[in-house]
Amino acid sequence: MKWLQRMLAVASKETRQLLRDRVTFGLIVGIPAMQIALFGYAINFDVRDLDAVVLDQARSSLSRQLVGDLAATQVMRIAWQADSADEFDQTLQRGDANIGVVILPDLERRLADGAAALQIVVDGSQPSLENVAQGLAAMPILRRPGAALQDATSVAVRVEYNAEKRTAVQVVPALVGTILNITMVIFTAGAIVRERERGNLELLITTPVSRGQLMTGKLLPYIVIGLIQTTLILALGHALFSVPIVGSLAEVYAGAALFIAATLALGLFISTVTKTQFQAFQVAFMTMLPSILMSGFVFPFDGMPRVAQWIAQLLPLTHFVEIIRGIVLRGAHLWDMPEQVAKLGLFFAVMLTASVLRFHKRLD
Amino acid sequence: MTNAITARGLTRRFGSVLAVDRVDLDVPAQQIYGFLGPNGSGKSTTIRMMCGLLKPSAGSVTVLGHDALTEAETVRMKLGYMTQKFSLWDDLSVRENLDFMCRVFGLTATMRRERVAARIKEYQLDEFCGRLAGTLSGGQRQRLALAAATLHEPQLLLLDEPTSAVDPQSRRDFWEKLFDLVARGSTILVSTHYMDEAERCHRLAILDHGRVVVEGAPKQLARDIDASVVEVECVDLPAARRVLTGEPAVLSIAQLGSRLHVLIERSLAEPEREVERILRGRCETVTIERVTATLEDVFVAATALRGDEARAA
Repeated sequence: MKWLQRMLAVASKETRQLLRDRVTFGLIVGIPAMQIALFGYAINFDVRDLDAVVLDQARSSLSRQLVGDLAATQVMRIAWQADSADEFDQTLQRGDANIGVVILPDLERRLADGAAALQIVVDGSQPSLENVAQGLAAMPILRRPGAALQDATSVAVRVEYNAEKRTAVQVVPALVGTILNITMVIFTAGAIVRERERGNLELLITTPVSRGQLMTGKLLPYIVIGLIQTTLILALGHALFSVPIVGSLAEVYAGAALFIAATLALGLFISTVTKTQFQAFQVAFMTMLPSILMSGFVFPFDGMPRVAQWIAQLLPLTHFVEIIRGIVLRGAHLWDMPEQVAKLGLFFAVMLTASVLRFHKRLD
Repeated sequence: MTNAITARGLTRRFGSVLAVDRVDLDVPAQQIYGFLGPNGSGKSTTIRMMCGLLKPSAGSVTVLGHDALTEAETVRMKLGYMTQKFSLWDDLSVRENLDFMCRVFGLTATMRRERVAARIKEYQLDEFCGRLAGTLSGGQRQRLALAAATLHEPQLLLLDEPTSAVDPQSRRDFWEKLFDLVARGSTILVSTHYMDEAERCHRLAILDHGRVVVEGAPKQLARDIDASVVEVECVDLPAARRVLTGEPAVLSIAQLGSRLHVLIERSLAEPEREVERILRGRCETVTIERVTATLEDVFVAATALRGDEARAA
């Protein structure tokens, strides 16, 4: 009973201080709102209406039909028809076109032989365009000439490339994790260090409050704040980008609470190993970039090198991205993903224990 | 009467710096015990070891019958600590600060209400109780800090330079409060660098370079001073000072207003004669007279002289 009372005393002190700090309070609402607007609109893996230059050396009905099919994917817009290889090259060099299509003169024969009959030229300096080329190359028409021409009404292709909302739908749930990861780690990274810097720690550790009470009391208010942010992001995602929530909302919150606890514990641990708030924020930033880049939020997890995958396993965001995408997009249940849930729980337990052990009620 | 604090061979090193050097202390219960010493003499470090905030490099300290390090949590329940720097929360109000301290000390809701109301009244915090602690003046903060340190009615109060940022009137009021607390059975250990405050203590330890150089009741210390004090009044004080400096019998010279306090080797039977002999013909004097030592003289004798000895050795 007294244990709980002391822990709650710390929690309510922390909440009071937080509510009084208008700027921080503004950030709680402002950061997610700004980021979702920014990321939701700016991070767009859909590639549509790229300006294309076509060099049709075959000039046959089949070649015209192929060009028509490519245009129908809406990935590219045929902006230029080049008459010569030189003109083709110059158009690409000037940057008037992002993508070039070369149809070789002996198109029919090459298709019959199963040889490459069509080149797609992209600017390698833009990574996403390369993916587009890969996708286009996989189009059925280009692989299986005879049958493809009938199937190649490109319904399948259109679905794959034309689903306008696909990125927002993928990105918004993962954004919940990314934004929480950023704000939560920063909030708690300063928690203990701030008391030290402001000179409150010496008094605080001379009271009977225990390390566990102090640590949990510091975390508790931020779990609530994290859940408020989750709500905000999902609501904005729904309002701005029509992101549906297929699974159970209760499970979204349960999963989010677990992830929030894990990231807060990480922040708290940072707070116990650093001496100033400035150091704490630097370490916090150090953990953020790998989280964002390696969690499967930006790059597909399976495509990463083995070592990167191992490191990603240590990041709570990796597991949460899977959980939240599972629940929100596929309607999965938490119990369908026991491995991810267990890993998050383990991360939380390890970090909190490490924080409690790292922290001593002494000044030396 | 038992001791509230007992230290034996208490030592603390910070790297190569010896902050506290083999300190032995016996702080009797229900008295005000003073630590007098210049900055860096080891006062704060010693107090922090008593709170279990720092681990002694050697020796031990027992507080209220418990080892300060191994039984720190037991000690902390019975102890009130006022840090040198204001350490309550600037962004909490006076009442919120007091309420928080009650809660971490595990007081029930009823006790909390009673104690907070009582302290607010007792320490004249009524008009500020809704104000943020960060907006209070030095004297108000110090009253708040003492009110917070006494909420759980500790047997022992450790006050680390509580009056260093406070005006004289607030200092006087503060000491009244300390005497009230002692009358109600508390033991108080207070560090200071003000002579007038040191004089008010029941007992006193003068610390210098981490060591206790003299210890005892202030009056007794003045009687036992290891020198004779001669007061010199003259026209040209700086000249007199120059003449006296370096004389083998003169231990130290300090100016007090228009007079010089000269500490003379105790072994000399008639120190005033010695001073007269030195100054004769070289400086026009008004009066030379032997006086009883003040605490200031004790402090000078204990710190400056020992320092010289240490340097000579």
